[in-house]
Amino acid sequence: MNRVKLARSLSAIENGDMEVDDADGRIFAITGPPGVGKSCLIDSILHRLAPEFSVAVLAVDPTSPLSGGALLGDRIRLTVLDDKEKSDSIYFRSVATRSSIGSIPSVVKSLANFLVLEAFDLVIIETVGAGQSETRCAAVANRIIVVEGPARGDGIQAEKAGLLELADLIVVNKSDIDGAQRVVNDLKMSLSINQEPPPIITTSALTGDGINELVKMMLSLEERESSKRARCRQQLIMAHENTIVNNPNFEEVIDRISQEGLSIEEALRELID
Amino acid sequence: MGERQRIVIAKPGLDGHDRGAKVVARALRDGGHEVIYTGLRRTPDQIIRTVIDEDARFVGLSSLSGAHNHLFPRICELLRASELNDVVVFGGGIIPEADRPALYDSGVKAIFGPGTPSTEILEFIEVASSMDCGVGSNNDWRWGD
Repeated sequence: MNRVKLARSLSAIENGDMEVDDADGRIFAITGPPGVGKSCLIDSILHRLAPEFSVAVLAVDPTSPLSGGALLGDRIRLTVLDDKEKSDSIYFRSVATRSSIGSIPSVVKSLANFLVLEAFDLVIIETVGAGQSETRCAAVANRIIVVEGPARGDGIQAEKAGLLELADLIVVNKSDIDGAQRVVNDLKMSLSINQEPPPIITTSALTGDGINELVKMMLSLEERESSKRARCRQQLIMAHENTIVNNPNFEEVIDRISQEGLSIEEALRELID
Repeated sequence: MGERQRIVIAKPGLDGHDRGAKVVARALRDGGHEVIYTGLRRTPDQIIRTVIDEDARFVGLSSLSGAHNHLFPRICELLRASELNDVVVFGGGIIPEADRPALYDSGVKAIFGPGTPSTEILEFIEVASSMDCGVGSNNDWRWGD
């Protein structure tokens, strides 16, 4: 792999200077609330996957809505990159959300497709810390892993609709902390009513507990037919949003709404046509 | 404001003083840039890999341990060896005046000591990104000329 060329191609895609064909590969989204251990879990996973499998990681961090800048710090957690035997089969790239809305910018779909076409066995997308209604990752990944942790609320949290329903696999991380098993029980109880409830496992990125099992499950995880419709829905919404946000007059139209009293309906008509 | 750049802020070598690096990272973020912070005690090889994978145009090296005379030129050399000739290198921390000429000769384009206003670093990024002054260029311009 020519890393310099690969990295520069990804920048070209990110900046809208290069188009990518659709690709059919294993694209995972690892999502969940902030601080639940997504980055550390990915580090543990990579330690087991490399060097046997080649893996690309796209780690998304938020862009400042004020300055447009971003501090991309997920790389710090990746001890696997210090291991010479393994790091050559890993490509890790930090991605800022830029002007997009939600936990994953739509360009990530093209970045992931490109990495699949570059023959990576697995592509892992780490979302920004995501809340209950954050279902956007379904548009960019075909396998969704939701990470949860102990002490994040009572059993009712597990009953709520949203992200959990789209999960292909649920990981309760930090099993070394009290309360993890209770979260598993709450989730199992809630999801048992579903037609095909996703498997739930416990892990600890700290002690390594459950990581081998998680990796095994990831490798055998298939795309679920039942999530396909939800995926298409998210892709459609994302594409619609893109036509608005990427319109060259976007900023100017906002100015006219705020300063000249242009109505939202009129603005939408201008941006979509 | 200039164009948004991708900038790696790195702490090479055995040096645990990261306050300065974090303040600079934050200032660059607030200046509209995308900053990748490496964390502490990175080797030159690890820093190069980060610059490559993240496709950064700038790399800022922070050192307060006294090992800058060895580490900064080594990083410049490795960048050229990886054909990252357009990457611009700058440094900061405790870098005595007497050491600076040799660092400039090795390819470092700016050195910011204690007390530098963060706006000056942002100005440097803007000026340097508009010219061909990467670590592999023959341009002997440097900040403060």
